[in-house]
Amino acid sequence: MLSLVVFLPLAAAVVLAAVPALGHRVAAWAWVGATALDLALVVAVWAGYRTPAAGRLAYEEQVPWIPGVNSSYHVGIDGLSLPLVALTAVIFLACAVYSLRDDDRPRTRAALFLFLQGVSTGLFVSADLILFFLFFDLSIVGMYFVIAGWGHNNAARSALKFFLYTFLGSLALLVGFIGLYVYADPHTFDMVELAAQLPLNGSPVAGGWVLAAIIVGLAVKTPTVPFHTWLPPAHTDAPATGSAVLAGVLLKMGTYGFVRIAMPLLPQAWRAWAWVMVIVGIVSVLYGALVALAQTDLKRMIAYTSVNHMGYIVMAVGAAGLVGNGPAEARSIAVTGAVTQMVSHGLITGALFLLAGVFHDRAGTYDLGAFGGLAGPAPRLATLFAVGAFASLGLPGLSGFIAEFQVFTGSIAVAPVSAVALVGILVTAALFLRALQRVFTGPEAGHSAGFTDLRPAEAWAVGALLLLSLLIGVLPRPLLDVIEPAARTVAELVGR
Amino acid sequence: MTMDTALWLLVLLPAVVGAVLPLVPGRDRVAAPVSLATSALTTVLAVVVAFGRPAVGVAFLAGSRFALGVDALSAMIVPTVALVTLLVLVFSAADIKRSQGRFHGLMLLFSAAALVTATAGTLPTLLVAWEVMGATSYALIGFWWRDQDRVSAGLTAFLTTRTADLGLYVAAAAALAGGAGLALADLPAAQPAWRQVIAAGVLVAALGKAAQLPFSFWLSGAMKGPSPVSALLHSAAMVAMGGYLLLRAQPLLAATSWAGPAAAWVGALTALLLGVVALAQRDLKQLLAASTSAQLGFVVLGAGVGTVSGGAAHLVAHAATKAALFLAAGAWLSALGTKQLAGLPGVARRWRALGIFATVAALSLAGLVPLSLWATKDAVLAGALEASPWLYAVGLAAAALSAAYAGKVLVVIWRGVPGTGPGEAEGHLDEEEPGTRHVGLLEQLPVGILAAAAAVLGLLTLPSVVARSGVSAASPVHPGPVELVVSAVLALLVLLLVWRRYVPEPRWALDWLGLERGVRAVVVRPTLALAEGLARFDDRVLDRAVTGTASAVRGAAGGLSRFDDRVLDRAVIGAAGGVQRTAADAGAFDDRLVDAGVEGLAGQVRRLGRLARRPQTGLLHQYYLQAIAVLAVGVIVLVVVR
Repeated sequence: MLSLVVFLPLAAAVVLAAVPALGHRVAAWAWVGATALDLALVVAVWAGYRTPAAGRLAYEEQVPWIPGVNSSYHVGIDGLSLPLVALTAVIFLACAVYSLRDDDRPRTRAALFLFLQGVSTGLFVSADLILFFLFFDLSIVGMYFVIAGWGHNNAARSALKFFLYTFLGSLALLVGFIGLYVYADPHTFDMVELAAQLPLNGSPVAGGWVLAAIIVGLAVKTPTVPFHTWLPPAHTDAPATGSAVLAGVLLKMGTYGFVRIAMPLLPQAWRAWAWVMVIVGIVSVLYGALVALAQTDLKRMIAYTSVNHMGYIVMAVGAAGLVGNGPAEARSIAVTGAVTQMVSHGLITGALFLLAGVFHDRAGTYDLGAFGGLAGPAPRLATLFAVGAFASLGLPGLSGFIAEFQVFTGSIAVAPVSAVALVGILVTAALFLRALQRVFTGPEAGHSAGFTDLRPAEAWAVGALLLLSLLIGVLPRPLLDVIEPAARTVAELVGR
Repeated sequence: MTMDTALWLLVLLPAVVGAVLPLVPGRDRVAAPVSLATSALTTVLAVVVAFGRPAVGVAFLAGSRFALGVDALSAMIVPTVALVTLLVLVFSAADIKRSQGRFHGLMLLFSAAALVTATAGTLPTLLVAWEVMGATSYALIGFWWRDQDRVSAGLTAFLTTRTADLGLYVAAAAALAGGAGLALADLPAAQPAWRQVIAAGVLVAALGKAAQLPFSFWLSGAMKGPSPVSALLHSAAMVAMGGYLLLRAQPLLAATSWAGPAAAWVGALTALLLGVVALAQRDLKQLLAASTSAQLGFVVLGAGVGTVSGGAAHLVAHAATKAALFLAAGAWLSALGTKQLAGLPGVARRWRALGIFATVAALSLAGLVPLSLWATKDAVLAGALEASPWLYAVGLAAAALSAAYAGKVLVVIWRGVPGTGPGEAEGHLDEEEPGTRHVGLLEQLPVGILAAAAAVLGLLTLPSVVARSGVSAASPVHPGPVELVVSAVLALLVLLLVWRRYVPEPRWALDWLGLERGVRAVVVRPTLALAEGLARFDDRVLDRAVTGTASAVRGAAGGLSRFDDRVLDRAVIGAAGGVQRTAADAGAFDDRLVDAGVEGLAGQVRRLGRLARRPQTGLLHQYYLQAIAVLAVGVIVLVVVR
């Protein structure tokens, strides 16, 4: 079943790539169809999901792949990956719908995005390090072509920067994976086996180096300060859908790696590094928020808020490693908050980037100063942007609050210094409301005259993402019931 | 319908209608009837749950529920919020003429959040409602979004109150760490160290919402919102909820040694200083806003000294009083286009019913016997006297100031600002918006009802009523006859003095003690400068370091490539040339020596072959001899070598 979810988009990608005769409309609708079908499969998976025993996975499939190094095609899901698999399906469907009326080489674009969807889903269901690494690198390749092929301005340079930087990060990751393999006995790349073996518990020095390699690799992808400078240009020059996927799905690969690989496989080293992670998280939160506050380019601003939002996750997973400080419940609440934040940030920032694309499409600029009073000619855009902005600044009733409240209560309870990061939600509030005010209120100015409001496809795509954010904000239990057992397991595993 | 359903409906009905109303087509036509019906139903439900006292909850976040409950305190606040909402919406149906769908939707959403706040049983529940109140307040203050200054005022209000809200986040974390859970009633049982943190967090959050010092300034800007918004948010609900939270958390404050006195003194000083600010204002809404901060100061004082029933009564009585005054100010603003005191001379005579209602409310605000705020304020001050005579003295001075600024309003609306001629009043007409010169029935009726409530709500402080309401667990302190007479005489004297002499207008208090300027200079500007600096650092240092490294790598690659071309490649070419020469030499060597050698060798081998044919005689005995000879040689060699 999981393989079907992974390979359906890949197969659709192959078909779309192989049949050049497809018309624009057909290709665009085929993309929507494939993503909708994939989402339906994910819904079925979710409906049939039962929380697996601690350390096990649901929907497991295992086929020998490279037996020489004990690497297999091993996939499965638990409460950490299921929400992200669902998020991936939702974001890609939104992108497909959003692109319905975009006639820039729709067939190849659809094929490329379907390929990206397949590898992204594959990464989240991987239970083997080599498989994980393969999907990790393929996602970088796919995104490179998206930015370079469909971007604007300095797209080629930004795409190259993105590729080289994150590819370099992935090499550090590979070094770490090989370290795990070498120390394992018997040698294996299988995550489930490694989590049971804990090959590096008891060798603090080697464990520290292996974890360092893995953390650097994941920190580049997440990204955390100071490895984040590839993010703003990549976002600014990427097409709207590319940015949505990059922020919504690809960034999660970094943070997912922390809870899936770094914490359960290297618990002793993680505990030793926990304070570093907390501090890096706090710095990312404050730095990302403040730099975002100073931006005048809408997309750069949203990009830096991603650094801020990912900072909350890093802070929380760091706090989860502070075993012995505060109640154990707080550590698992922090992890729950972190995973919820991954989903929430994907939905909200995905929506905001799709909306940002509308500015470029209509006016050719992301400059906040180039608009004024836009709520007049574009009330739908104004409404959805306001909802997205309030969601992003963590307003209760929307998903961001559910995530950040748990991140904060969990982190502060074990590491009171995390309270400093609360300033982050204040600065994000200031920057989003300032942007909202500059662009949408006051007298009509700049490019606002004659601005076409959201078209139905755009409104549906963004509206659906924000509606999900609202649902999670108001009724968080269905999501939290999936995440909480897994988060508790991670918090326990880190304590070993 | 069970009580539990009624409580859910109480909050869900306005929330859902409020969220949907701004989105439906034809919203502006149906908005007023739909919202009035919703609000009326909510009011009925509020009364029902006030008597039924249900408690409900659902699982929400790990370790805490989304819990609502109505106890004695909520039973006072919930009907107040619901009824004031209804009356304000009735007024708005006549007063707000554009974008009614958005307006009524936001107001309903706000009232839902206020009702959740007033019934919240856990910290997460409270925080949800608390921040949604803040966000809707932002949208309502900046409701006329084409005016940037109104939106800015909303932003200031939101950011200031959110700064204080962070206290609730810290309090929630401390409650988790403190081991007592996140239920509001359990907070005093947290571990002592964490209990201090919880109390501090709750106190800060409440002071921010209640516009107490040093957060008061946001309320000044908030007056840029429509008048009905001020009537609901800045008298009965949002600001009042700050006071409510401290009344609710009074056991927590009392469980620390410092939080109670801290709250009491902040409240008393706010009542005093913002009273002076109110006295200095020349704009009616600004005066009323400063007075709101000051009056909430009495509520906070009440919570600090443990007089929960007095604080709650003052909260409710003030809500009615101030909502009436804000609505009257709004009616005059719509009719005359100004809210400057100098532009409203004798306005009470022009629309007499409205004028009388406003007068009753203003006299209540002044603390005139037997109107409500006289009694409720004294109920609070009785607790203050027990705590500290200084606190009581400050409170009494603040009460005198209330009489003074209320008297100032009365002088203006019946006579006019002394020393200004009719010409100046004419000059203020229509300065903010074109006036309609009309006050309709729908605008007067709600003011009348509120004024009537403002007159009689002092009954809430009667000992028998307090005892039956059960708001105070312990037997509360009631004001003695002396205190009641002192405050009554004081209010009357001040009123008479103001009526004859008008009031001093201290210029230093005109801009709300310069708090906003201070915050801009100390917090906002440095933060923006830091942000700019970090952004430059990010572009010029961090990013350049990365691209610099990349360039260095490229440079190194270029160097290596040159090395490759000039050294390695040349070496290889050189080596290849050498090899060629060597090969040629080798060829010659091959022809001349090797080949000749090989030929020679072949000749020798041929000769050896001929020689070797000779022993092959075919005779067996000769073969044996040869074998023995070879063996013998072998043995000898073996022996010698060993």
